[in-house]
Amino acid sequence: MAVALLPLVYLAVRTAEAGADRIAAELWTERVGLLALRSLGLAAVVTVACVLLGVGAAFLVTRTDLPARRVFAVLAALPLAVPTYIAGFAWVSTVDRLAGFWPAALVLTLCSYPYVFLPVAAALRGADPAQEEVSRSLGRGGWQTFTAVTLRQIRPATAAGALLVALYVLSDFGAVSILRADTFTRAIFVAFDLGFDRTGALVLSSVLVALTVLLLAGETASRRRGARYARLGGARRNAPRLRLGAARWPALAALAGVAALALGLPAVSLARRLAAGVSRPGALAEVLTAAGNSLSISLAGAALTMLLALPLGLLTARAPGPLATVLDRLAYLAHALPGVVIGLSLIFFGITVAYPLYQTRWLLALAYATLFLPLAVGAVAGAAAQSPPALEEVARSLGRGPLAVLRTVTLPLTLPGIGAGAALVFLTGMKELPATLLLRPTGTDTLATELWTATAVGAYAAAAPYAALLVAISALPTWLLVARGGLLDKEDR
Amino acid sequence: MSVSVRRSTAALVATGLLAFSLVACGSGEDDAADPGKPNDKKITVYSGRNEQLVKPLLEKFTQQTGITVQTRYATTAQLAAQLVEEGDRSRADAFLAQDAGALGTVAKRGMFTTLPEATSAKVPEAYRARNGQWVGVSARARVLAYNVDQVTADQLPASVFELTDPKWRGKVGVAPTNASFQAFVTAIRVQHGEQKAKDFLAGLRANEPQIRDNNIKIVEDVHGGAIQVGLVNHYYLGEIAKEHGTTPDGLKAKLHFFPDGDTGALVNVAGVGVLKRSAQDADTQTFVDYLLGAEAQAYFAEQTFEYPVMPGVAAPAYVPPLAELKVPTIDLNDLDTLDATVALIKDSGLVP
Repeated sequence: MAVALLPLVYLAVRTAEAGADRIAAELWTERVGLLALRSLGLAAVVTVACVLLGVGAAFLVTRTDLPARRVFAVLAALPLAVPTYIAGFAWVSTVDRLAGFWPAALVLTLCSYPYVFLPVAAALRGADPAQEEVSRSLGRGGWQTFTAVTLRQIRPATAAGALLVALYVLSDFGAVSILRADTFTRAIFVAFDLGFDRTGALVLSSVLVALTVLLLAGETASRRRGARYARLGGARRNAPRLRLGAARWPALAALAGVAALALGLPAVSLARRLAAGVSRPGALAEVLTAAGNSLSISLAGAALTMLLALPLGLLTARAPGPLATVLDRLAYLAHALPGVVIGLSLIFFGITVAYPLYQTRWLLALAYATLFLPLAVGAVAGAAAQSPPALEEVARSLGRGPLAVLRTVTLPLTLPGIGAGAALVFLTGMKELPATLLLRPTGTDTLATELWTATAVGAYAAAAPYAALLVAISALPTWLLVARGGLLDKEDR
Repeated sequence: MSVSVRRSTAALVATGLLAFSLVACGSGEDDAADPGKPNDKKITVYSGRNEQLVKPLLEKFTQQTGITVQTRYATTAQLAAQLVEEGDRSRADAFLAQDAGALGTVAKRGMFTTLPEATSAKVPEAYRARNGQWVGVSARARVLAYNVDQVTADQLPASVFELTDPKWRGKVGVAPTNASFQAFVTAIRVQHGEQKAKDFLAGLRANEPQIRDNNIKIVEDVHGGAIQVGLVNHYYLGEIAKEHGTTPDGLKAKLHFFPDGDTGALVNVAGVGVLKRSAQDADTQTFVDYLLGAEAQAYFAEQTFEYPVMPGVAAPAYVPPLAELKVPTIDLNDLDTLDATVALIKDSGLVP
């Protein structure tokens, strides 16, 4: 847990250094109030939009007779592989004078709705249709059953996804800086640029932590205790698919439209840039080295994150209580901090505590663990919660020791969750830029840093292949996530 | 069950091993935990200047001298923050920065050593630190880029302050978060006082400027016709021409140099400072001297489209020579009073 606390300790140290007067001068301004409101507003708008889009898309691909629904299941998850800075850039180069709150909300929604789509689709797919059948047999109509039963079944998955979206919006810098939506994170980045003002930037970051606490408290309070919708016993059975009839075409068009905006537009924009410019990326060896570095650092980040997430996830699922809740919430805190703050806090940690690790891949992997722990914890806890604890109790009663039970029962049952968490962390790590820039070993380039280097001097054509490769590599774990949600299974009826 | 359990445990272990081995095999030479010793023919440079712009130059340096350069690239602002955070445990030997203000920030923390008199003296006084802690290696002029189809030469303002006139409403591109814009605002403060700077920013804001993230987007939009004029540095024109496979003459965007010592014609530098720990490192000293030598100076003119700071090296072809510019009389050393500038820019509402 110390991992998640690092940035908080760092912020506390640096903010305290600033002194009360400076803090007051930074914070008690109209500007900070406005920024806070706007950040929360953006988070709220994007979260609502992502829930509507994510749940809608999930319902269409899992519960209706939509044509080509497996194709759409993959397309709906793929935007996860598109970094917001690429999407934002694609939008401003396509639509003239695009800037501000609503365009940023649009781009962020298109990039982050898979955070809702994936868990909800998996939940819809895995939910026990018996409850819905009971509801119908008791005289409720289709719509009533949907709102009273189905929506409740997928509520934990929706809430988990929505929380990730909200925190992601708070910490995003790519879309908001390119589209100039004035949020806290943009203000923090600007503060670093303006007069190289570290202190001001860090004081602002501590407000972001406060906002996150608020958000987490809200989410915790709205959670329903002991709501668990695991399927206990019985053969796996799919819910009957809703016949869309004539409505299938508008539904199809809607999903295709979303995919076109989230994936097609960036792809076309990149291709146009490649055709228009004469710059080219470095030799193939350079591109491959960058890709190799991206892969190995993100894999190490994913492995380290899973190692840390496993105990926490199991604790949350198996021994829920105040301790587990507090630990779990702490993991989320660092997730809402901008990468540049995480980067600086780990520089601080590397310089003062772990000097031999400083500017090695390990410290960067640790930064990814700090940033993306909640993604992993959520996946592990979700999988553990769906596997009945009775199995472990039986194993214990048959004389196996706790470690043996962990190895032979708990771990195998949570394996899908571990896989999903690792995939999610991996692909998010591939996209990460600010912390990577600060913490990478000197002289090590990744796809994301190469992309940044090329676009900073306007060499867009040189940047395009890196972007394409980044998205292509990230698509693989996305595919795994879709497959693991059971969305690619053949119909088993 | 037991077979599948064993298999999945094995898979889990294998995945973990794979990840770790990948890291391990990649971490051989480039995870340089070695901060380097003096005179070991190896230096570490933190570069706030873009990799695409300086990497070829650093490769030439290695060819010439046999000294290998480990370079850490990030934005100038991020590296300044990183250096300050690292303090005296930094592994950097030298900091190559985009901007005199960033060099001043690190110098103020007492992290730079004083460069040898012989090195400092090579650079004209206007382009180096008064206390000898950094030197400029290339110069960049502030200009007004304009779209030649939309603005005629006789419409161009004689002073940057005319851009607050209503006739430029909605037509001026600015990048207020950019360090070069800050240096320009500081220059207004230094030359004309706080009030004039404040009034200018308020006027600019009231004129609904086209705000962009950075200079390169402004020049692109001027070239594309989305913005009529923009306040930028001169070399972006060269960069964009390069990307379009043409020369600056082939672009719709042209440069206007403000005349008569107007603040809008400020000349700033990109420069280098040496960290205290490397005060005695001959390799680092060789590096600084190389940057001021004929080869590097010609490189800055030809490849990055900047002005060489050393007298006698020709400027890029598409701009008037540095000596012919009517630059304002401003001491770059005064540009490190950034705090007041930042406060003004924040209050102006041009940034979040």
